[in-house]
Amino acid sequence: MAAILELSNISKTFGTIKVLDRVSLTAQAGRVLALVGENGAGKSTLMKIVMGIYHPDPGGEVRLEGKPVSFAGPRQAMDAGIAIIHQELNLLPDLSVAENIFLGREPLNAIRAIDWAALNAKSRELLSRLKQDHVDPRWPLRRLGVGAQQMVEITRALSLDAKVIIMDEPTDALTDVETAILFEAIDHLRAEGKAILYISHRLNEIFTLCDDVVVLRDGGFVHQGPVAELDEPALIRHMVGRDITEQYPWVATEPGAARLVVKGLRAPGIEDISFEAHAGEVVGFAGLMGAGRTELARAIYGANPATAGKLLVDGVEVSIRSPGDGVHLGIAYVTEDRKSDGLIQPHAIRANMALGALEHFSPGLIMRSTLERAGVSRFMERFAIKCAGPEAPVSSLSGGNQQKVSLAKCLLADPRIVILDEPTRGVDVGARREIYGLINELKKQGLCVLLMSSDMAELLGLSDRILVLSRGRLTGAFARGEATQERIMERAVA
Amino acid sequence: MVTSSPNATTAAGTASPGPTQPGRLAGLGRVLAANKSLFGLLILMVFVSLYSPNFLTVDNLLNILRQTSINAIIAFGMTFVILTAGIDLSVGSVLAFTGAVCASLVAANVSLWVAIPATLVLGAMLGATSGLIISVGGVQPFIATLVGMTALRGATLVFTEGRPIGTIDGASADAFWALGGAYLFGVPLPVLIMIAVFLLCWFVLSHMRFGRQVYALGGNEQVARLAGIAVGRVKVAVYAVSGLLAALAGVIITARLESAQPTAGTSYELDAIAAVVLGGTSLMGGRGTLFGTLVGALIIGVLNNALNLMDVSSYYQMIAKGAVILLAVLVDSRGKARGS
Repeated sequence: MAAILELSNISKTFGTIKVLDRVSLTAQAGRVLALVGENGAGKSTLMKIVMGIYHPDPGGEVRLEGKPVSFAGPRQAMDAGIAIIHQELNLLPDLSVAENIFLGREPLNAIRAIDWAALNAKSRELLSRLKQDHVDPRWPLRRLGVGAQQMVEITRALSLDAKVIIMDEPTDALTDVETAILFEAIDHLRAEGKAILYISHRLNEIFTLCDDVVVLRDGGFVHQGPVAELDEPALIRHMVGRDITEQYPWVATEPGAARLVVKGLRAPGIEDISFEAHAGEVVGFAGLMGAGRTELARAIYGANPATAGKLLVDGVEVSIRSPGDGVHLGIAYVTEDRKSDGLIQPHAIRANMALGALEHFSPGLIMRSTLERAGVSRFMERFAIKCAGPEAPVSSLSGGNQQKVSLAKCLLADPRIVILDEPTRGVDVGARREIYGLINELKKQGLCVLLMSSDMAELLGLSDRILVLSRGRLTGAFARGEATQERIMERAVA
Repeated sequence: MVTSSPNATTAAGTASPGPTQPGRLAGLGRVLAANKSLFGLLILMVFVSLYSPNFLTVDNLLNILRQTSINAIIAFGMTFVILTAGIDLSVGSVLAFTGAVCASLVAANVSLWVAIPATLVLGAMLGATSGLIISVGGVQPFIATLVGMTALRGATLVFTEGRPIGTIDGASADAFWALGGAYLFGVPLPVLIMIAVFLLCWFVLSHMRFGRQVYALGGNEQVARLAGIAVGRVKVAVYAVSGLLAALAGVIITARLESAQPTAGTSYELDAIAAVVLGGTSLMGGRGTLFGTLVGALIIGVLNNALNLMDVSSYYQMIAKGAVILLAVLVDSRGKARGS
């Protein structure tokens, strides 16, 4: 077992703020090292130091195969054999798979033109090392799904003969099947003797995939050791520095009248869906990736209007043809993807929040800044959003705090029905609990909450009822207490 | 604006528009950023006044303002469009076409109270048509307005038969031509119109729901749509504003020249875009201020004036203008790179 990448005593100070404090870790050949910690714990700063984007404070050292290194930038780090695979893929969709793998390093022939035969042959060989033989290197990249595109990134890392491969939340955008394929590829890389640094919020992945784990908390180094010596509560304790006894604090409420009645709803991606959801109730929606949860949410909200079926809100039949209709009827939708369709990243927190309730804040078309400020500051306090102030851009916030802004944006309009699509994706353990608390609070206030989630434990923990979708159809319904992970899975693959 | 609010609105009332309103630090940062073009303008003026004693005279400054007013009015409309991440290349042709229509109405002795509003409505409708092509037809703004620019220039030539529409005797005509040279309190009328349009547009962008929708749409169209904003309607509206203001500029220019030229407004879209960009508004949308656009238009106006005063030939003027715009944009983008 050889240490490939060693970090010792890494500190990093920005101005007067110490974001990393004497962190050390060792990634070994043929082992997968998990790097975990809440948002803001310093994981990404640490990775930026490895890639040469930042330089550590004096006293810290990065060693690659025993030799101290200091990279001037990611290019040098890559040349030295460190590859990083970001959550957002760095690929060009209109180039071929092979061109993406060898971008900037294409094999050339005698007249210094691209040697296509060699390019494709080399790519094919690399792809087959990852059991991706079904991918033709001549295909344009956009023909592949997200999972397969990620494989292309990993193939590129292989082509660079990387010794260390860093993966930053690689499964966030993947379906369960794609995740399984990724894990197989990681096993393969491990067998080839690569050192893998695996960053993830999903604790179950760490237990199934990783050999060792490093925990960071508030920029400090908390723990390094084999995964086998830990269990989940112990890992969470390391991450948050306290016991989280009750991960999913369900509260009992008396469900009221039917707030939302869906009858025979059809829309792109969903077929013939009928259900009722009541005031003071959390209805969970389970299903594999692509089962139609997001499509259902968007059909109810009006983002992809239904093509057939009936919707009743508080007993009144309604027609929802656009998100504007949804908003007017008191339906709020917190989108799955904060970055692309949840928040305007460069705009102020205040401006983003106000978007959800523009009409409340501008009676007679003129904005009332007092109303707006009061509404925004109420939610900033209620959600304890950590930021420099309401004028700070959303992009300056951590994932958890961005999600809170997303929630606030939807709640400012005083909705009756709240649809939450993957509300805790990319959110750390602490903020997650706050979001769970909020869901319970909404339920107690008599709102009707539809919770779409891929996190089974979260669904089981919070929902009063769980409906299961599979291939766009409703395939199961369970009351709390009847629902188990096995039963849901059985219906989800039906 | 009759909020009876105690303290908060006063701050908001004086703040320049944009999605990031004050917070003391953010406010200071924005004032500095906005003042980058303002500083540029002042430095330019100091420099010019050193070289040319005739520059800093009331007459000359009013002259600059009057020459700037046309471009500024068009650029205000362009600001709305660019804030939504669009572009409007058709403004110069809209100006020519509406100017010709206005002149022929006046020549037919139609009352100004009818002729001018009708011209403005026509401009708004021409703009709205571009907006519809963009939002309903899904055509790129660049292409849709390029089509408008070409087709309307042709329509103008057809309508005017390629000749200026000029002076005809009549009560309307006399009143109309008088407008072009009118002064109020010693200030040329076009300048007063420019100020009024500025205040109105500023209020809309920074204090009305529509302004927020414009910024949101440019910031991220998906987010805006999912927040329930009728994105298509907002797009049609911004191009209508742009068309309306181009028509207003057309009316002013026609009155000033006492005739409608079929080639009027050629390449005015580029000056308007330059003013918007000089003012720090992002072509990617969602970021920028109307005040910046005003400053940007003034920089172009002062530059034109200075080069004339210095007897620079019009060939070199274009090169100088290009250089200044490049310089300003480089300074701006360097500032942004450091800031992020």
